[in-house]
Amino acid sequence: MMCTLAATFNPDRVLVGLAEWVTNALSAWPALSSLALILMSTVPLVAIFPGCFAVATWLERKGLGRFQNRIGPNRTGPFGLLQPAADGIKMLLKEDIVPAQADKFFHFWAPILAVVPAFLVLAVIPFGRQMVPAQLDIGVLYFFGVGSMSTLVVFVAGWASRNKYSMLGGMRAIAQVVSYEAALVLAAVPPIMAAGSMNTAHIVESQIVAEWVSGGNILVQNAGSLLGWHVFTPWGFCGFLLFFVASLAELNRSPFDLPEADSELVAGHLTEFSGFKYALFFLAEYVNLFAIAALAATLYLGGWSGPNFFWPAGLAESAPPAALVPGFVWLFAKMFAMLGVMIWIRATFPRLRVDQLMGFAWKFLLPLALANIVSAAFFIRLPWWAAWPISLGLSFGAYAALCVVNRQKGIGPREYRYA
Amino acid sequence: MMQEYFAALVQVAAAAVVAGGALAASVILGKIGARSKAKDTPYECGLNPEGNSNPRFSVKFYLIAMLFILFDIEIVFLYPWAVVYADMVKESWVIFGSMALFQLILAVGFVYEFKKGALDWSR
Repeated sequence: MMCTLAATFNPDRVLVGLAEWVTNALSAWPALSSLALILMSTVPLVAIFPGCFAVATWLERKGLGRFQNRIGPNRTGPFGLLQPAADGIKMLLKEDIVPAQADKFFHFWAPILAVVPAFLVLAVIPFGRQMVPAQLDIGVLYFFGVGSMSTLVVFVAGWASRNKYSMLGGMRAIAQVVSYEAALVLAAVPPIMAAGSMNTAHIVESQIVAEWVSGGNILVQNAGSLLGWHVFTPWGFCGFLLFFVASLAELNRSPFDLPEADSELVAGHLTEFSGFKYALFFLAEYVNLFAIAALAATLYLGGWSGPNFFWPAGLAESAPPAALVPGFVWLFAKMFAMLGVMIWIRATFPRLRVDQLMGFAWKFLLPLALANIVSAAFFIRLPWWAAWPISLGLSFGAYAALCVVNRQKGIGPREYRYA
Repeated sequence: MMQEYFAALVQVAAAAVVAGGALAASVILGKIGARSKAKDTPYECGLNPEGNSNPRFSVKFYLIAMLFILFDIEIVFLYPWAVVYADMVKESWVIFGSMALFQLILAVGFVYEFKKGALDWSR
């Protein structure tokens, strides 16, 4: 009984099984079946992530409220859960104001251009075993290439508004994102070295200790899908923190939210956008957040793999063991955990100054990322008893050395300069 | 192979439909109010806009852009190297040494920039 159940029902493969069923049903028309397969893997993303966006805004408002000893939204529905829907309806009914001087063409296209790359990068995220919408061999490179388009859109929006606040916000966004892009992209190199591939699906699979997962003992199986994560190596730990901090800056999130610093720039590049255009920018921002959190999970936290409950060994003869918790559940759990940390950071840290922001990217993150690549290079080649001390020494030695170099040299009398 | 890129293209279409549909819905449902001079001017906290709305940029932004191009070139070299590294280093350390040499040259330039203060924003 157990055996047949395990063979027929595997929660991890429900969606893959559905896709296979459709392919078989349409096998007489190969073009149609491949089109159906593509639609099945891409279109749901466009449906799921706006939902995640709604949940994320609710979580953020409620979370920030609790951090600030407030209740947060609580009028619309139980626990204010309908707040995102209320916001959406309000945005839809608002008047769309376009300033007379604005560049109408780009003012109209900027929100659409912001949303498209945000969804486009999701195509290379492996949401589960064999669940990559577009399994590109240059997955990581594609992610960064397409993802950097959203920076341009921020500038387009700022430029098209013909407003000084928007313009300053756009300029700051370009300078900031370009600075942190270097550190972000370099922080993604070590997992590529370890996997020997830029294909995101291969990077996830390289983080599963395959011989343990197919082993007998359930504890060993769980350890095999957990301990292989790159974050549990010295270079992986360092790289994950680098990637996370750089992605905060890339997403213009607090404490790196200078482009939208509401106390000085009103709303940065969003100042002249109203109605649903404004909402679309936020949608793009949060989808970008989820995408980059998913990439961080893919590169360092084992992507869709997780401590899992497999059917007893021997029953699952087929190559992928039957997991009770589907892979995409783990991936989304990791993404929301990272979102939670981002909200926590937003509630905790004050905004940086511009010179601190730029100095942090160029003088600290960038050299640390380069040192981390060397550390990973040693770790991959050497046997473990030599790799661990050398990698630990290099990664954390570089961290300590950069802390000393960047030490703030005594705070002297304050100098006021009027710009 | 091309099928995978076609998937990305479908993704573009789906995202554009969502964004365009939402905008269209807001055009249909949204309020259309009367225009006025005050509404048409750029927002400057309620005051009349002063001066040129496209101020000139500080030269610092150009410096950041140049630095970015330098490091971006390096990243372009690093990615293909990273893909083949694990395989090739098993045979010899040459692949490690070549990238170490490249990074050393880059590091010399980086230290020079650091000392010159090119990385300081408020200089």
